[in-house]
Amino acid sequence: MEITLAHYLVLSSVLFAIGLIGVMRRKNLLMLFFATEILLNATNIGFAAIAHFHNDLTGQMFAFFVIAIAASEVAVGLGLLIVWYKRTGKIDLDIMTSMRG
Amino acid sequence: MFEAIAFYLFAALTIGMFTITVMTSQALYALTAMAAGMIFISAFFFILGADFLGVIQIIVYTGAVMALYAFGMMFFDTTRTLVEKRENPRTIFLLGVIAATLVVFIVISPIISTHLEARYPIEAALGNSQAIGLILFTKFLVPFEVAAVMLLVAMIAGIVLAGKKMDKSLTLMAEEEIALMSAAQTKPDSQEGAH
Repeated sequence: MEITLAHYLVLSSVLFAIGLIGVMRRKNLLMLFFATEILLNATNIGFAAIAHFHNDLTGQMFAFFVIAIAASEVAVGLGLLIVWYKRTGKIDLDIMTSMRG
Repeated sequence: MFEAIAFYLFAALTIGMFTITVMTSQALYALTAMAAGMIFISAFFFILGADFLGVIQIIVYTGAVMALYAFGMMFFDTTRTLVEKRENPRTIFLLGVIAATLVVFIVISPIISTHLEARYPIEAALGNSQAIGLILFTKFLVPFEVAAVMLLVAMIAGIVLAGKKMDKSLTLMAEEEIALMSAAQTKPDSQEGAH
């Protein structure tokens, strides 16, 4: 029983689907951030698996840059979230309707 | 054989942890399940021979990102159960199925295409960290510098956004001073919110 590239890609897509379900059903913004972290991690598994099975380092490089982007996204996102919480006292997605979209 | 056992074990654990993160109504359960899932993901990187990536995953995600989330959750009221309004669960289920099908098609496209060749092949003589360093500081130098600038911008943005009134220590002030400060703070805040 050998683990192939398809195993890793199926796992990656399953985790990505879990993250997508989280993005769609969450209304609390902090929980929404958690779901986006799951999405980024799922793609990282796919990158690392392709890098291993095609014997190429480019996939690992992309995974590093994805991690860097995730870190900066958390910093800016949490800062904005704290400012919003200080203003309104809630971090609910439904009350963010100031643009009347 | 051991690779298969490790893969299935960690796959089940990761899927379980991330399902808890997505489905639970307690913010603290979500945070801890998320941290555990991040650690389990690093196991895949070690299995795949990406040692440096696995270490970075543990340090950056579990060390920095999760600590930042735990720090951010101090500001929010996380002890009570999250009340989230659900309008139409059937729509969410349908959207989830469609999105998952699309993702599967995107992900299986590298299996369909056969003529893939490595641009930066992994050399067996070098260790993983050494090979990463060689490629990162020769072929990916410009993206690396851009990422460094981006992290600096994000750090400054985080300090500017979250660090207001950091010069006053709430633990060393008397109750009257805090009440006075919050009374003075609400007035300019409401004016700022107007425009």
